[in-house]
Amino acid sequence: MSRSATGDSLSSGRSYLASRVFGWVCAAATAVCVLALVGLISTVVVHGAPWVSWTLLTQPTSLDPEKAGIYPALVGSVWLIAITALFSIPTGVGAAIYLEEYAGASWWRRSVQLNISNLAGVPSIVYGILGLGLFVRAMALERSVLAGALTLSLVVLPIVILATQEALRSVPSTIRQASYALGATRWQTISRQVLPAALPGVMTGVILAIARALGEAAPLVAVGAAVAVWHTPVSVLDEFSALPLQIFTWAADAQKEFHGLASAAILVLLTLLIALNAGAVFVRAKWGRRIKW
Amino acid sequence: MTVASQSPPTLRAPEVGLSRAGRSAQELAGASRKMDVAGVDFFYGAKQALFGIQLAVPEHCVTALIGPSGCGKSTLLRCLNRMNDMIEGTRIEGVVTLDGHDIYAPRVDVVELRKRVGMVFQKSNPFPKSIFENVAYGPRVAGERNKSRLYEIAERCLQQAALWNEVKDRLDESALALSGGQQQRLCIARALATEPQVLLMDEPASALDPASTSRIEDLIFELKDRYTIVIVTHNMQQAARVSDQTAFFYEGALIEAGRTTELFTKPKKKQTEDYITGRFG
Repeated sequence: MSRSATGDSLSSGRSYLASRVFGWVCAAATAVCVLALVGLISTVVVHGAPWVSWTLLTQPTSLDPEKAGIYPALVGSVWLIAITALFSIPTGVGAAIYLEEYAGASWWRRSVQLNISNLAGVPSIVYGILGLGLFVRAMALERSVLAGALTLSLVVLPIVILATQEALRSVPSTIRQASYALGATRWQTISRQVLPAALPGVMTGVILAIARALGEAAPLVAVGAAVAVWHTPVSVLDEFSALPLQIFTWAADAQKEFHGLASAAILVLLTLLIALNAGAVFVRAKWGRRIKW
Repeated sequence: MTVASQSPPTLRAPEVGLSRAGRSAQELAGASRKMDVAGVDFFYGAKQALFGIQLAVPEHCVTALIGPSGCGKSTLLRCLNRMNDMIEGTRIEGVVTLDGHDIYAPRVDVVELRKRVGMVFQKSNPFPKSIFENVAYGPRVAGERNKSRLYEIAERCLQQAALWNEVKDRLDESALALSGGQQQRLCIARALATEPQVLLMDEPASALDPASTSRIEDLIFELKDRYTIVIVTHNMQQAARVSDQTAFFYEGALIEAGRTTELFTKPKKKQTEDYITGRFG
């Protein structure tokens, strides 16, 4: 091989064009995402900010946009996610513990695992139809908060299970071995070592699942949740509305003022979601730091 | 340089530590059999890892298991407290006894067995909890709730593990803040807290610096008056320094076992001699 004109110098004439172009393409892809998000949020803020008021937060919906509020929907959403959490957390965490710590490597475990992974990708409207048939009709729960929350529990269960499994799997097997070698039973090993060590991951998954439940509209439409409710639920069998439904109703209204109200309600929903996500980040940072491997 | 005048160092058998005399031949022969391994075959799935192992573990002695990587010495160690039960698809044949009782008998309580046969792992694995909680874990899972009793146990075990003076003022700090050598001594203290009769050690010093290694070795030597110790080691000098009996494994078979001084100075088998003089492995 002949030496180039530059001799032994390290400088070369190559421009690494492909490498740089690839970098630009990836940067452009990122820019599209950021722009879309900025556009979305700024549109909502511009349209909705003038409508954010005390009336919005404390009044029920009304035919007069000046007097309309989201109070029943907001309270309905809080009921929904509280009941959803009550059902989905114990069930989801329990199922994850069974799959990770008890089930072993059987065909049974593999098929359950495959099903759960697939269920996480099923569109939420499908759960809505299931909820309509199972909870609303078969169990005769009617269009109640309970029926809605049980349906949402089905939507978020795979998320809770998968996140918890991931957290349990990230606990090093050396911790389990150390515990067993000290004469601990399986229950003691799980409850005193594995679960506490996995807790930050479990909490993160649970909070993300709850955020998902808070934002879902389609399954609630399917189970026939009310779009206009003037009273807040006082029991789990009462009628209810939810923030995403209120937004949906207002956004579809012919009167232009209601579109502004819809944006304002979106701002409230976004704030709640961001608060939940921030909670997840906080939990991970605070608890995660205490446990280092 | 006169290379020829020096004998090649790799062909010299490791010196046996005379500063710490091991058990005499009579003591070793007279010791009762704490554990007994008889005709043990072990399988990972279809792959056989141990072939007809026969080994007696004398009480209050240190038994070293040596041999090249993958020879089955760690597998045998994990058979002694049934830690292999946790690996899917493993199977054991033959008999392993503790004080004459078959530990693989159908009605054996594995939890109780592991309280009697403690284990220290190759990589120190303290729980992500305080130093005190690490040592107190064994007694706690066994049902001890009295806090002052737990502190007594923690102090005694940390002293036995030669760690007390370094940690007595910070028992509530995270065990993960300790150095590697301290963590390993903490794991030994933790294993002692369940008051085991036998202590299994899987290369306990392989990840430690020479000073920490030396402390662990001193510790093993002191602990053997109270406990029966079985140690797996890659380091033949270490086996020579701390053990009373040495067993040499090769490709899943026990090639030779005997009093450490004799095995290292007068090995009976050619393979043993080749290994301890550094010709392979």
